[in-house]
Amino acid sequence: MLKEYKTVYEISGPLMMVEGVENAKYGHIVDIELGDGSMRHGQILQVEGDKVMVQVFEGTSGINVSQTTVRFLGKPMELGVSPDILGRVFSGTGVPIDNGPKIIPKMKMNINGNPINPYARDYPNEFIQTGISTIDGLNPLVRGQKLPIFSGSGLPHDEITAQLARQASVRGKGESFAVVFAAMGITFDAAQFFINDLTNTGAIERAVLFINLANDPAIERIAAPRVALTAAEYLAFEEDMHVLVILNDMTNYCQALREISAARKEVPGRRGFPGYLYTDLATIYERAGRVKGKTGSITMVPVLTMPEDDKTHPVPDLTGYITEGQIIMSRSLHRKAVSPPVDVLPSLSRLKDKGIGPDKTREDHASLYNQLYAGYARGKEAQELATILGEAALSEEDQKYMRFANEFEGRYISQGYYENRDVMTTLDLGWELLSMFDDAELKRIDKELIDKYMPQFRKKN
Amino acid sequence: MAEFKNGKIIKVAGPVVVAEGMIGARMYDVVRVGAENLIGEIVELQGDRASIQVYEDTVGIGPGEVVVNTGAPLSVELGPGLISSIYDGIQRPLDQLVEAQGSFIKRGSDIPGLKRDTKWHFTPTAENGSDVSAGDIVGEVVESTLVNHKIMVPPKASGRLEGLSEGDYAVDEVIGTVTDANGNKTELKLMQKWPVRHPRPNSQRLAPNQVLVTGQRVVDAFFPLARGGTACVPGPFGTGKTVVQHQLAKWIDADVVVYVGCGERGNEMTDVLMEFPELVDPHSGEPLMKRVVLIANTSDMPVAAREASVYTGITIAEYFRDMGCSVALMADSTSRWAEAMREISTRLEEMPAEEGYPAYLGARIASFYERAGLVECAGSPQRNGAVSVIGAVSPPGGDLSDTVVQATLQVVKVFWSLQARLAQQRHFPAIDWLTSYSFYKQYIADSFEDKAMGKEFADMMQQAMNLLEQESQLVEIVRLVGAESISAQDRMTLETSKSIREDFLHQNAFHKVDTFTPIEKQHEMIKLILHFHQAGLNAIEQGVETADIFKLRVREDIARAKYIDNEKVEQVAAIKDEVDRQMKELQAAVTA
Repeated sequence: MLKEYKTVYEISGPLMMVEGVENAKYGHIVDIELGDGSMRHGQILQVEGDKVMVQVFEGTSGINVSQTTVRFLGKPMELGVSPDILGRVFSGTGVPIDNGPKIIPKMKMNINGNPINPYARDYPNEFIQTGISTIDGLNPLVRGQKLPIFSGSGLPHDEITAQLARQASVRGKGESFAVVFAAMGITFDAAQFFINDLTNTGAIERAVLFINLANDPAIERIAAPRVALTAAEYLAFEEDMHVLVILNDMTNYCQALREISAARKEVPGRRGFPGYLYTDLATIYERAGRVKGKTGSITMVPVLTMPEDDKTHPVPDLTGYITEGQIIMSRSLHRKAVSPPVDVLPSLSRLKDKGIGPDKTREDHASLYNQLYAGYARGKEAQELATILGEAALSEEDQKYMRFANEFEGRYISQGYYENRDVMTTLDLGWELLSMFDDAELKRIDKELIDKYMPQFRKKN
Repeated sequence: MAEFKNGKIIKVAGPVVVAEGMIGARMYDVVRVGAENLIGEIVELQGDRASIQVYEDTVGIGPGEVVVNTGAPLSVELGPGLISSIYDGIQRPLDQLVEAQGSFIKRGSDIPGLKRDTKWHFTPTAENGSDVSAGDIVGEVVESTLVNHKIMVPPKASGRLEGLSEGDYAVDEVIGTVTDANGNKTELKLMQKWPVRHPRPNSQRLAPNQVLVTGQRVVDAFFPLARGGTACVPGPFGTGKTVVQHQLAKWIDADVVVYVGCGERGNEMTDVLMEFPELVDPHSGEPLMKRVVLIANTSDMPVAAREASVYTGITIAEYFRDMGCSVALMADSTSRWAEAMREISTRLEEMPAEEGYPAYLGARIASFYERAGLVECAGSPQRNGAVSVIGAVSPPGGDLSDTVVQATLQVVKVFWSLQARLAQQRHFPAIDWLTSYSFYKQYIADSFEDKAMGKEFADMMQQAMNLLEQESQLVEIVRLVGAESISAQDRMTLETSKSIREDFLHQNAFHKVDTFTPIEKQHEMIKLILHFHQAGLNAIEQGVETADIFKLRVREDIARAKYIDNEKVEQVAAIKDEVDRQMKELQAAVTA
């Protein structure tokens, strides 16, 4: 029988202090029974002598000093997993909330996981076709990559994540695939949109959802991504599935972390976020990957909203330093009704060169995106110049690049949320758009490739 | 010997553990924490109470558990077997950890840095009975086809050499002894131990005066690094910092490369691990991995071991330097190292300075970079060795006023400024030619075998820089008033600058030829571009329209010169004749 303690002596914010505790261990979990018999859960943040600091996942409202009973469970937080978790909906701490039966666990896993030994990692190099040109053509996603979406309030990141969950596949392979979705502090509407979208396409049967809505306890958000990733690790490395993990929205997660940090009176870093935010985020993001000798993989798409679209805000900034690139949403493209409004220039997939090429997509892929990129960058400059000076004042060359940029936005970037574009179609579209330039202007493409691919598109003009 | 008493844990907060009863404990002693024997290091002492940073995850550790003092500072094992290894931040071999623990890193492992069961063939070069002192080379072990591992008398030992013989030894077996005047014996082994936080001794520091060729055009031609020099690469994420580091590690002209992945991405380390063994060293034709030591402490691995990882790396680098090698150390990224210091400092409840970083941040950074340098090694035979350090910095939001960047710039001599603007234009490496600098520029000319050619190269690069400088001013004017309103000469300047940027500075790391350019080819390439510039100016004098010059077909040849095989430099030079021929045609058309 576990010892019970009624020695709570201080409660402040999400933290609760208990004294006179024997044998408490850092990081272990506790059950908290309130005076009215209701249960809460917490985790030990600090032990000093017989004093223990506990963070309460469900929040401390209603807890009092005199009637609360605390039980120390003597183990870190675990998630019971089995193949039955597919198709189910859980709370942020892993309790079923869909009125379905209890999960009978095949095994229990520590939600904090263990770091993957870099030597045991297998390199992500399998191209994932998302059916979205701006990703497949310009910033290819590969299995085991972590590629966040940097969005802002009012931008359609829910639509694009749903599209990814629906369409992502490896070319020419029918392998078992699962989606793990962790909602952290998002609205009911946003969560429901995603669930409905999965339900309509039947993909819900291959999905596991962990939902912490905006009105659920903030501290539960600390656990939600870890619980979700534990489920993903189980599916990937025990059940050999390819798992796509979507974490929405990491900004809310970081704010919950900040709340804890402030309550502990820690020295704040930038914008009040704790100094260990980088390390903390890394322990989440780095759980994506492939492991040698295992069939499954974890590919991660975290979503975060940048306050005031500011990329230098600590959350997107630190995320960008850990993840392998970023897909950035553009407000101005969204206003122009370009969908999905991916801001091509600052977006980047660091692993793009690993997933493409002759055996994976096509030999011209790398040169092609470099050229499209350079052309669009030049065209954007011309567009900006035109707004200052007027279109007539542009040189002939600038006008041509501006036409290219407009075409590129209208046809290449904008494809809608329900078109699943094959990567070959995307590549051909690239050549077609470039055909407005002379060969000599295409400096980023080898001559042989131009001679091989360009002629068929030149004829059309 | 001092007496050490075991202590008892009284507090656990994240990676910091406080224990009391630690009598005899010294700062930076290594301790074993709790039932699982986690490795930790003492970072603060108050009476018998010690604060310990623990190199492993502390979940499940609680008050009352025992802390054992090993009485020694954090040290690394130095000897044959380092090359081609991959270690975590405290020199635990990651490949052996996979065998022992599986794919995920678990706690409490105790695998030594150097394998005990490998026998190395040792050949003595010193005579028994001779007098030796610290740093003297007594023999060698062929460690890989690229590294001839010199076995040296460990620091502090000296006296008469005895019992040395050729044979196969494990690293911890005695190969001979050194007896000093008082009869004290020191056993010689293939392996030595050295505390990571102390620089290894040398006989004299020398000023770096030789360029370290990297095959990266913007680096070699504009902002060269010196053997024994220090460089800093700051840039916001997505500007190709890591690609620059990888390129340098691959192509730099050094005997040994130590690559420290400090708090960076796991997949990036995997990239290094999978790619380096397949890469061929351009200087020897052997696999590159045969001269590389990797240290990988990824961002999800314990933060205290990240703090130690750069010291582990530089100690290994110094050890190879002491053999007379030229060693290059890449640290990616020192910002993560600084953050690890900040995290530990916060847990120790120290008073923070700027941005929450500890007040000693600047001092630590400076003393780390000062361990780089060209030295005359201790001991005989007389030899020089060098450690060159290239540190990546990841300033938040790319803001160069960041504390870590500023502290680093105070000590380094080369600054490669990566710009997001250039990266967005897909100009790689995104090193900004206007804001970067190098204090070693004066030594470029000497890096050529042909000194006259070296002089010419230095002059041409200065001319190229002047053109780029002019371009930055002209671009503003063109923005406002249009290209038509500036003089033909200025238009030529703009066009040539564009050519310098696109055809010379831009370099594709993933192209099989373009990834590495020998210095002689760099010379021909810039000569070609400037030749076109001069020919263009001459033609303008003759009344040729600039538009016609810019449309010449030969410009395509200039643009593709970088893809010409490195062995066929004469083909690059030959394009100059084509420039002359086509320019002549233009001039003939005007005069006709």
